[in-house]
Amino acid sequence: MSGVPLLQARELVRRYTMRRGLMGRPVEVRAVDGVTLALERGRTLGLVGESGCGKSTTGRLVLGLEVPDGGNVTFREGPMPPRQTAEWRRLRARMAMVYQDPLGALDRRLPIGTQIAEPLDIHGIGSRADRPERVAQLLRDVGLRPDHAQRYPHELSGGQRQRAVLARALATGPELLVCDEPISALDVSIQAQVMNLLAEVQERSGIALLFISHDLRAVRQMSHRVAVMYLGRIVEEGDPDAVLHSPAHPYSQALVSAIPQPGRGGRRIILQGDPPNPAARPSGCAFHPRCALAAALCSRAAPVLKPLPDGRLAACHVAHGTVSPRDGMPQQRAA
Amino acid sequence: MNTLVTIRDLRVAFDGVPALHGIDLDVGSGEALALVGESGCGKSVTWLAALGLLPSKAQVTGSVRLDGQEILHAPPARLDAIRGGRIAMIFQDPASSLNPVHRIGRQITEALRLHRGLTGEAAREEARRLLDRVGMPDARRRLQAYPHELSGGQNQRVMIAMALAGEPELLVADEPTTALDVTIQAQILDLLSEIRRDTGMALVLISHDLGVVAETCERVCVMYAGRIVEETAAQTLFAAPAHPYAAGLMAALPPMTGVRRRLAAIPGGVPEPWSMPRGCAFAPRCPLRGVACDAAVPPLATVAPGHRAACLRPQSQVAATGRLLVPA
Amino acid sequence: MVRFLGLRLARALLTLVLVVTFAFIVLRLSGDPALLIMSADAPPEAIAAFRQAWGLDDPVWQQYLRYFTAIFRGDLGQSMRDGRPAIELVAERVPATLALTLPALAMKIGLGIPAGIYAALHRNSFADRAVMLLAVAGFTVPSFVLGLLLVLVFAVQLGWLPSGGQDSWRHAILPVLTLGIGGAAVLARFTRSAMLEVLGQPYMRTALAKGVPWHVAVRRHALPNAAIPTVTIVGFMVGSLLAGAVVVESVFSWPGVGRLLVVAVANRDLAVVQCILLLVATTMVSANLIVDLLYGALDPRLRAQAKGANG
Repeated sequence: MSGVPLLQARELVRRYTMRRGLMGRPVEVRAVDGVTLALERGRTLGLVGESGCGKSTTGRLVLGLEVPDGGNVTFREGPMPPRQTAEWRRLRARMAMVYQDPLGALDRRLPIGTQIAEPLDIHGIGSRADRPERVAQLLRDVGLRPDHAQRYPHELSGGQRQRAVLARALATGPELLVCDEPISALDVSIQAQVMNLLAEVQERSGIALLFISHDLRAVRQMSHRVAVMYLGRIVEEGDPDAVLHSPAHPYSQALVSAIPQPGRGGRRIILQGDPPNPAARPSGCAFHPRCALAAALCSRAAPVLKPLPDGRLAACHVAHGTVSPRDGMPQQRAA
Repeated sequence: MNTLVTIRDLRVAFDGVPALHGIDLDVGSGEALALVGESGCGKSVTWLAALGLLPSKAQVTGSVRLDGQEILHAPPARLDAIRGGRIAMIFQDPASSLNPVHRIGRQITEALRLHRGLTGEAAREEARRLLDRVGMPDARRRLQAYPHELSGGQNQRVMIAMALAGEPELLVADEPTTALDVTIQAQILDLLSEIRRDTGMALVLISHDLGVVAETCERVCVMYAGRIVEETAAQTLFAAPAHPYAAGLMAALPPMTGVRRRLAAIPGGVPEPWSMPRGCAFAPRCPLRGVACDAAVPPLATVAPGHRAACLRPQSQVAATGRLLVPA
Repeated sequence: MVRFLGLRLARALLTLVLVVTFAFIVLRLSGDPALLIMSADAPPEAIAAFRQAWGLDDPVWQQYLRYFTAIFRGDLGQSMRDGRPAIELVAERVPATLALTLPALAMKIGLGIPAGIYAALHRNSFADRAVMLLAVAGFTVPSFVLGLLLVLVFAVQLGWLPSGGQDSWRHAILPVLTLGIGGAAVLARFTRSAMLEVLGQPYMRTALAKGVPWHVAVRRHALPNAAIPTVTIVGFMVGSLLAGAVVVESVFSWPGVGRLLVVAVANRDLAVVQCILLLVATTMVSANLIVDLLYGALDPRLRAQAKGANG
């Protein structure tokens, strides 16, 4: 599975303009600010972070659902063709997306069999006569029964709906599946079912997964590699156990320690303040106002994402030893 | 420990479909009790019913006593004094739980006037103090803010401040962190624990997240399909769950350490309220299911001191006697 | 805020220009005023003279331009029928129309809103069902049918009230009822659904959970929120104070603006029609402007948006 990655994104930038304040001056919001990532066939990259960190936007950029303002995406060793061209559409059939809310992703008025067949019609895959058998196979692949094809979304449980969404996503036989919070709307006992299913599908078909989630447990379970995002940038990336057991970036540390865990004492890092507003991005390292280790340099210069001795990547002056923690930086904390 | 709230055989039905099948629950003064379960298991309905907050189409029967006094179906005036005064409640989505057209300050002082008779400058000053207490930065200015001007975490702090306004003996927190980010969740849980330590207030935490519960509460009730299926100390539950559902929930949680392998998912789904099995509601998904399980609903029985489970084959007992888990 | 107001005003003006233009086009395309007014067998010279006098021979764009510049000078033209300034003709009809529509508006608000609130608070009760049945009946029956029904019952059968004309206040009762019942029905249904939506909001549960008595929660927490959507429909009703009575004025032969409009259209009396349209459009647009401002006052979220979006 090594060699050239299936998907490569370089220095992706996505800006939005927002008007705010009395004068209505447009403010530029960098939702994604220079994200580079690579994903091989049969592998899973976990993308974690809090709301507004740009993880979902990154997912949409990678799929070409949004056009980056900077950087580029390479899929199967070629650049993404221009949108709405025939070639783009052909390539899009090789990628699919699964969203958080399965009920919202399905059309309430159509039986799910019809919805699963839809991508086949759109991309002209297979003959019309084979369609029922193909749909039945897709349903079996995701652990539903062929007779579920006649059901409407509201007749299925939450877990079954997410299976149906997955069956539809897999209809065209994609090589890349972007899952944006695929389990967070599901009940705990169902989450495990869906995670197992995704792993099975990957084992069977060698599909590459971009697994976007705020749930570190789920990300560890699913991913071969994990990237932590903060305010539009990747701040740490590496092997899941390395990142989750000994996080290098102070933000990853806080994130890991915030995971509620049965049977653990109350000791954890409590971050002060709210998740930052992308429209008012702090100078230097965007995390510095909430960082307990921030040094003077951190508010001036943005750290670069580069390898640590153990091979993982981190963007932190302190982790790289450029500065020692809190050298002369008055600790800023909200009351 | 004195018992503050006693719930007995609380039943709720919506349009004739039962949602709650007889809940017995005690909350001691100052204790932190958790109600865990998946959506639709009745954990929120239990407390909405107890406080008379369900819509009128809900049929509620049973008994809810506060300090020995019956409060279920109590006259409105008495309930109004209890709600927010002795028992306060906060909810899942803080942004929509606050009135969008009123300023934060007004919403807090409203509770202060109702329960402590504070008005005017005294109320405003106390509201500021409460906002300070819940860790709201720049509290005085925030009194003038509208809910949409605050973040989710800040709005939940406002909700907590409002709940504290009546100096309640019990705070019922219904999924208070579900809509919040992980780091903000940690802040809010911390705040709740701290307030409980300082005021001696009891806390009922309603959550679907076992981790959240484990860190905040001493005692846990696990609910499934409208019933309590296990009740024990938090530590015991995580170390030795007795009910196969509780055990299954724990096993389905992805581990943070060790080899990653296929998760032990609970098969199937929760039964619909209108087609409940005659026997144990979990039986259709249960690895230990036996003939007796389908005959009748198992009662909540003691498996060890302070540990009860509604299961004919509680796991810890099976493990303790060393018998094999062979379905009958 | 100034910029916000400016933008709204500009939009209002643009709407007016479009209305006037539309009226001009439609009326010019639908027939020759000269032939209508002069009667078809008039001598050709007379028709030609009429055309020349009113500038109907000029290219259409010139007429349009002339017409427009006149409006900007405040000159709304003269009636082609009797040569009096159109504005004067219209203005003298306004009081008659308002004599119907203002009491009707009071009736809509005074009856519709309380009925809607009551129905929502007693959802699925007998009173709720009764109110809603009446409301559905009230706005599915067209006003001319309702008007004729009322005439049939109260004028023809019972003989209590006159069936038409404008001689005393008693003549106004039936047209006001006709206008009011339909509007009250619309408003009742709208208020009820707005209230029901608000009563189901989490913040209502919060209010009750903090010990606010039910009736106080309704007054303090539900009504201000339910008022936001209701204001739209009331604004629309205020906006149609002048134009909303065309049918009813015709049924009851009430000499208001609506009757004048019907007659003027039939006669291709361009200036009068345009004057009425402009007047109606102005009331509509001003009512809209007021609704927008009220929104800002009622809903802090919109205030922020207006600031954010428009300065």
